[in-house]
Order: sequence, then C-alpha cells, then structure tokens
Amino acid sequence: MLQPGRPPERSVVVSLFLIAVIVGAGAAAFAYTAGWFSPQRLTPDKLVDAFAPPTGPALGHRRNHAKGICFTGMFDANGAGTALSRAQVFSRGQYPVAGRFNFSTVNPNAPDATARVRGLGLRIATPDGQEWRSAMIDPPFFAVSTPRAFYGLLIASGSKDPNAMKNFAAAHPEIAAFGAWAHSAPWTGSYAEDRYNSLNSFVFVDGGGRESVVRWSLLPAAQPVAVPPEDLAKRGPDFLEQEIVKRVGTGPQRWTMAVTVANPGDSTADPSKAWPSDRRTIEVGTLVVQQIEAERDGPCRDINFDPTVLPDGMRTSDDPFPAARSAAYARSYARRTAEAADYPRTATGAKP
Amino acid sequence: MIAARRHFTPLQRVLHWLMAICVLAMLFIGVGMVSTIMPKYLTLVSIHKPLGIAILVLALIRLGVRLRYGAPALPADLPEPMKLAAHLSHVVLYALMIGMPLIGWAMLSAAGYPIVLFAGVHLPAIAPQSANLHALLWAAHFYLAFLFFALILMHAAAALFHALIRRDGVFEAMAPVPIRDAVSPAESTRRARA
Repeated sequence: MLQPGRPPERSVVVSLFLIAVIVGAGAAAFAYTAGWFSPQRLTPDKLVDAFAPPTGPALGHRRNHAKGICFTGMFDANGAGTALSRAQVFSRGQYPVAGRFNFSTVNPNAPDATARVRGLGLRIATPDGQEWRSAMIDPPFFAVSTPRAFYGLLIASGSKDPNAMKNFAAAHPEIAAFGAWAHSAPWTGSYAEDRYNSLNSFVFVDGGGRESVVRWSLLPAAQPVAVPPEDLAKRGPDFLEQEIVKRVGTGPQRWTMAVTVANPGDSTADPSKAWPSDRRTIEVGTLVVQQIEAERDGPCRDINFDPTVLPDGMRTSDDPFPAARSAAYARSYARRTAEAADYPRTATGAKP
Repeated sequence: MIAARRHFTPLQRVLHWLMAICVLAMLFIGVGMVSTIMPKYLTLVSIHKPLGIAILVLALIRLGVRLRYGAPALPADLPEPMKLAAHLSHVVLYALMIGMPLIGWAMLSAAGYPIVLFAGVHLPAIAPQSANLHALLWAAHFYLAFLFFALILMHAAAALFHALIRRDGVFEAMAPVPIRDAVSPAESTRRARA
C-alpha cells in the first residue's frame, strides 16, 4: 500500500538522480537518432546544402535543375505495359500529365546554352487516385555509383582546392565514362529532340505478383539535330524555353515511353552502369506534350517530382538513389515553399 | 457522488501505454527519417504515415473515454501550481496527439501528394494545394514535434517524481498493473467525512 509522507533525504537525492538519468538518456537517444552526435552522417540537409553556390541558393527555386518550364498533356497508354505491371497507368487509355522541362543548374537564370544535362519531370495521374512521378535526365547513365559519391562530387566540384576534382575522379573511376559522354555527346537545340532516361531502376509487379526490374526512357519522336554548343550560345539565354513554346504551338510533341527489363545479373543498384542494348524492351505508350506554361505561375511549380511517388504495381528496387532523391527533394521542397516571397507569383489569378 | 476512484479505468490505462509506445516511436521515426538519405528513409516514411493515422484514431477514442470516465482526482495536498501545470500539460498532450497527425495529413495535402497509407489505402486531401500552406504546416509539424518530445520528457519526469519522491498514488493511478481500486476502511471513512 501507499506510504504517506516524504521518504528520507538521501532517498530523495537518489530518486532525483534516477529521474535525471532517465530523462537524460531519453534526450540523448533522441539526439543520437536525429544525428546530432554523428557528424559523418549524410543528411538530406547536407546534401541539399552542397548544391548551393558560394553566394547562397536561389531562394524560392528548386535547389538543382532550377531553370525549367512547365508542360501539360497526356500519356496515351497502348496496353502493352500490363505485361509487366498492374498499375492502372498501363491499361489502354489516356491519362492527364503535368511535367517540367529543365536542365541541371542551381541558377534559375543560367543561359540555356550551358545546359549539358537536360531533364524532364513527369506526373501521370490515373482515375484510381494514384500517381506515377518520375524525374529523368538525358545522359545514358549516371555520373557516379552511390549517393554518397554524388555528395562527394558536389563537394569536390565546389571546392577551392585545385586538386579536388582530380582526387575525386581517382577515387571514383566511374565518372570517367560520364565525362566522356559530356564531352562527346551531341547537343540539340530543343527539349523535344532529347531522350530522357530514368537511370534508376524500379520494380514492376504484374497482376500475378511477378516482379521485373526495369528502367525506362522517353524516346523523342522529333529527329534530333546536332548543333555545336558554340552556335547554341548565339541563340540567346532562354532559347530552349522559347523554342519549345514555339514548337508546341505548332503541334503536340511526342515521346515513346520504352520500358527495358534487366536480365538476371545486370547491375540494378548502380545507375552509372548502363544495361546492354539487347535487353527486352516494351513500348508502353506515348507522352503527348500539348501546352507549355512558364514556371512562375505554372502547374509544375509546386509539384515535387519525387521518383518514389509510384502507383501500386511499381515499387523501388535495390537502387539506393530514389530514396536519397526523395529525401533531398522533400528538403528542397520544404525550403522553397517557405521562400515563396523570393519568387513571387504574378498578381492576377495565381493561387498563393 | 462517484466513489473516490484512485485509478484510471483499465481501458484508459491500456490506451495510455499503447499510445505512449506509438507516440515515442513516431517521434524517433520522424527525427530519424529526416536525418538520413539511405533506403531506410523510405521505410521510415512508410511507417510514419499509417502510424500517425492510427494515433489519431486512438487519440479520438481516448478523448471520448476521458470525457466519459474522467480521471482520478489529484492528491488534495498537491500545491495548486503543480495541479495547474499537470492539467495544462495534459491538455497540450491531447492537443498534440490529435493535432500532429492532422497537421501531417494537411501538409501532404497542401503539397498535392497522393496520401498512401499502405497498398491500396488512400486518404483524401484535407487541405487545398498551396505552397504557402505547405510551408506553414511543415514548420508546425517539425517544431511541434520537438515540443512534443520535450513535453513527454517532462511528463515522464513528473510521473517518476510522483512515484519515487512524493509517493502519492498519482503514478499508480496510471500504472500498467492490474491494481484493484481497493481503499482501506480508515481511508474510505476519512473520505466520506470530507
């Protein structure tokens, strides 16, 4: 039963000490989980911070691929994708699309002629309320093998140490292939002539539960025309955006969505390793871009093209990048939505 | 007058301890998931959302139970400021248990994400898509989580203070042991006269 009255003095001290220990241990466990004792841990904050130029990030904008333009249209599925995935988006039909043409830069005012790596963000919505979001870029393989290596690349390329990139390349030899691509691959004068690739692998699950590891690409219907980069520089700082506005104005632009299935043994966890070109590929439908809108008040501005937003019938694979991208994009989105005042919408009709 | 009950009902005690585990798990999962870019980030997020909704449902049930059955009175000799602090802190804890899941749900709605709890189960949006609203809700969810954890630590410290130092029956009122609400004859006579 209860003992009324306070216990003896020494027991009070011991009890207070015990309470302090328990509370302290709880707080310490929390702090450890949060990473406050682990300076080595690569956090989403660190990864996003690593993109910022010395002058600071472009407030209100995406922390990478900061310059871009919105598009809307539809995805016309031909039904062939149902062989690989039970996602509704592959059933024959047309599904609304919102997306964004962009290129890899931290500066939303970078000249378009500097766009070596171009990207396409995509959101396809299906009547069952699900969405397939993807953010693709045009290199045929990624520059590095792991998210931590990507962080190292950001640090090295922003470093004042003249040997930083050389040391990085020595530690990460896979970047040589990417460098070769960047140096030799033709440049086009239009977003519509570029092929966009998922690079990361994902798992498709069919109606019977069978799984396939896949990557996908958007193959342009437009014939790519190689243009020397020096000529692109003469076209003006926003030529990519102006060109796609004009081009879509003359008619919808199309890409074939091609899904490639990995063979057993193919490297599914390393996006710097392309798969051999003989892998089984299924064309599952056509992306039709019908309208272009500027990003400032456009439909793509507040979309986070998080590649892990997937419908039932798709899931992440052992590729570590989608998780890292999801974590980093969420951080970038949290920051830029809090900075809306730094990238104001125009007054009329725009939602805050 | 209801006979002087010195314990919460068994249902209330079950809810308290079950939710204590769930809420602590949520706070650790939350603070852990935003500090990693490893694949476990996705796993933690995929637990955080349905667990948050589970806590919301349990908290609403618990609120109803609390309104129905009330709580044992605090000891008569507990100083008034301490009683006030106890009542206020419990109100805030209820507000957080119900508010945090709603803020998280509204935050995802304001970002325009499909809100998937687990395979096939979607929640509707409860807020319009809005960058400003998202930013506000994100900040609220983030900072209130730290407040929530600090309050839980204080709550645990106070509970242990009652248990080890004051030894006044307050801890036993919620203790997860099947104590029957037995009162000694002397004690019940004293109370009847009070």
